[in-house]
Amino acid sequence: MKKASLLILIVLFINTIYAIDNDLILEEKFPKKLSDFAFFKDIHAQIPAEGVVPYELISSLFSDYSYKQRWVYIPENKKASFRKDEVFDFPVGSALIKTFYYPIDERNLSLGKKLMETRLLLRKQNGWEAVSYAWNEDQDEAIIKKAGKTILTDWIDFKGESRSVRYRVPNKNQCKECHAKNDAVMPIGPKARNLNKIYDYQDESINQLTKWMKLEYIDNIQTDLNTPVDWKDDTYSVDERVRSYLDINCGHCHISSGGANSTGLYLDLTETRPTHLGINKKPVATGRGSGGYEFSISPGKAEESILLHRMISTDPGVMMPESGRSLTHIEAVEMIKEWITVM
Amino acid sequence: MQNLLLIFFCGLLSFALQAKQILLSPNSNSQEEIQEALIDLEPGDVLTLEPGEYYFEDGLSLDVNDVIFEGSGIDSTILNFGEQISGAQGLLVTSDGVTLRDFAILDAKGDAIKVIGANGINMIRLRTEWTGGPKESNGAYGFYPVESKDVLIDGCVAIGASDAGIYVGQSQNIIVKNSTAKYNVAGIEIENSYYADVFDNLATHNTGGILIFDLPDLPQQGGHHVRVFRNKAINNDTDNFAPEGNIVGEVPRGTGIIIQANSDVEVFDNDIYGNGTVNLSIVTYGYETEDENYNPHPKSIQIHGNRFGDGGFDPDVGTGELAAILFELSDGDMPDIFWDGILPTSQMIFGQPDEERLLITNNGNATFLTLNPIKYILPFFDPVERDIKAYEGKVRPLPEVILN
Repeated sequence: MKKASLLILIVLFINTIYAIDNDLILEEKFPKKLSDFAFFKDIHAQIPAEGVVPYELISSLFSDYSYKQRWVYIPENKKASFRKDEVFDFPVGSALIKTFYYPIDERNLSLGKKLMETRLLLRKQNGWEAVSYAWNEDQDEAIIKKAGKTILTDWIDFKGESRSVRYRVPNKNQCKECHAKNDAVMPIGPKARNLNKIYDYQDESINQLTKWMKLEYIDNIQTDLNTPVDWKDDTYSVDERVRSYLDINCGHCHISSGGANSTGLYLDLTETRPTHLGINKKPVATGRGSGGYEFSISPGKAEESILLHRMISTDPGVMMPESGRSLTHIEAVEMIKEWITVM
Repeated sequence: MQNLLLIFFCGLLSFALQAKQILLSPNSNSQEEIQEALIDLEPGDVLTLEPGEYYFEDGLSLDVNDVIFEGSGIDSTILNFGEQISGAQGLLVTSDGVTLRDFAILDAKGDAIKVIGANGINMIRLRTEWTGGPKESNGAYGFYPVESKDVLIDGCVAIGASDAGIYVGQSQNIIVKNSTAKYNVAGIEIENSYYADVFDNLATHNTGGILIFDLPDLPQQGGHHVRVFRNKAINNDTDNFAPEGNIVGEVPRGTGIIIQANSDVEVFDNDIYGNGTVNLSIVTYGYETEDENYNPHPKSIQIHGNRFGDGGFDPDVGTGELAAILFELSDGDMPDIFWDGILPTSQMIFGQPDEERLLITNNGNATFLTLNPIKYILPFFDPVERDIKAYEGKVRPLPEVILN
């Protein structure tokens, strides 16, 4: 009898260790350490706790060639609701967790990785809040960095070449520069349309939206989702791939409800007006960002298109996006060059 | 008495608890220290930078409402961005009710101070400067509030911007006063904005002094109700150094004031001279646009009681089209005031409503030139008209801008 109650106690104890701290998600102040949230069973190995579910996006935002691992946490018995072409309306207490890392060697991922930062979007009572935790040298804890941090690091790329990067952990305000919608903080990725793909879960391979329904994270959703394509998959047309790339990389800001709406350049997947997509559109307040070119996109003339010029540049006064990038995304630049050239 | 003292101290204490002042001085960790302080500010707080030079590799940003960020003077607290590696501007403000005062931002890689979507922003006794002189590689804007309401720019200095020194875009309720803009492409520019008072400013040695513009395909357009008065738009004589593609790249060196595609603009009591191309132009937006909601024509423009001096003595025919056309039309006898005369087709045929007509009155000996577009199309007619008296009339003053 005594043994049994001890066992129960131990079980209870273990459960509390691994249980997500729901109150901490809602609290006004952020804890100093990432581990305090208990999102991970094994924080170093990035093994999520019970109820923390991994997800992937069809196309991902370029962040200096870093890799990203994403998880979603929705409190028990609560649901996110579907909004077409918008991020799910997550219930209060939800968390989106994203770890940025570089593999030691892209040719052999088993050699390990270097964790850079884990960014959290926490759905508090009054809306979303963003915060980032930078990983320590020992890679066993991540510490809050409200003012951001610069980390110099390197990795070996697919070609076996050593690459280095001045990686910037964004400060709280910089988080908002991208994650702003009508001046409130808002997630970018988890729209139904971006999740509409198969994911290899531990127990099954299944469409992520179906999985979320099974987990009762969401109710049934409509089928017409405007699903983008994986921009890396060249079985799709260049146009589809480019529009998907521009959507996830630029469309959260370059949309009429986003931070760059004053530019009149809108790159969301659903935009159809040629001028607002940049075609023969004159710059507005671009300054030297124009590079001396007349239009955002000059059909047939990739080299004279401001959009491409600003994607290639790494000059802070010229480059796009304004933050989160210090290297040129060569593969994307090649693709967009082709897109404009055949336009 | 003792009780009174106690109450006094309690009051002082509670005040101190509500609003705090943070004092920082330059050190090797200024980047992180100042950015962290800007993040941790609470409404009512004051962040004060002591005199000295502060160096930054990344842009700064502020997103807390109702705070003051100040230095100790336009020449004594210097925020130097010459070695900036990231960030599209020196300082970005995205919150409401912020006051910035008494410091300078030097050599930002992009814009110096950008303010987006603010409900209330005060920029007082600030300087933005690119210290290498006018260069295409300088940042675009010194002061750049956009999509904001209740904008005050007072006692500021803007030097060397490759677009506009002081630029207010897509905003409402604006006062720009007591400020100096020099060696920029455009000195002061009000674009796609409603209700602006621009007065007691000096715009000199820019390419163009003061620009009131409206552009198509933007969320806010149809700029209107702009008053430009008691300014000096003088000796704007710097070659245009804007990167091509930008609308200000078309502005010829030696332009005093340009009004393009706005309505209800009142320009009065200004000193306008020493501008080698033309002291004042009123023009239509010159590019094709498919934007059906856009009106490319200026209307209800009133120019009165200004003091014009020498102008048009050194027309910059190599930049844009304006100077070359004007030079040809005038046979080299350049006017002080130029209107391109272009009207919507219906108005060209049936005439303009009285309240939309251009008014030019009481401007001393100012000379004038406009085109008669119908005569321009027909053969055997000289389209040039120079009779300024035809535009005289009674001034209908626009209301004063009052900030909330």
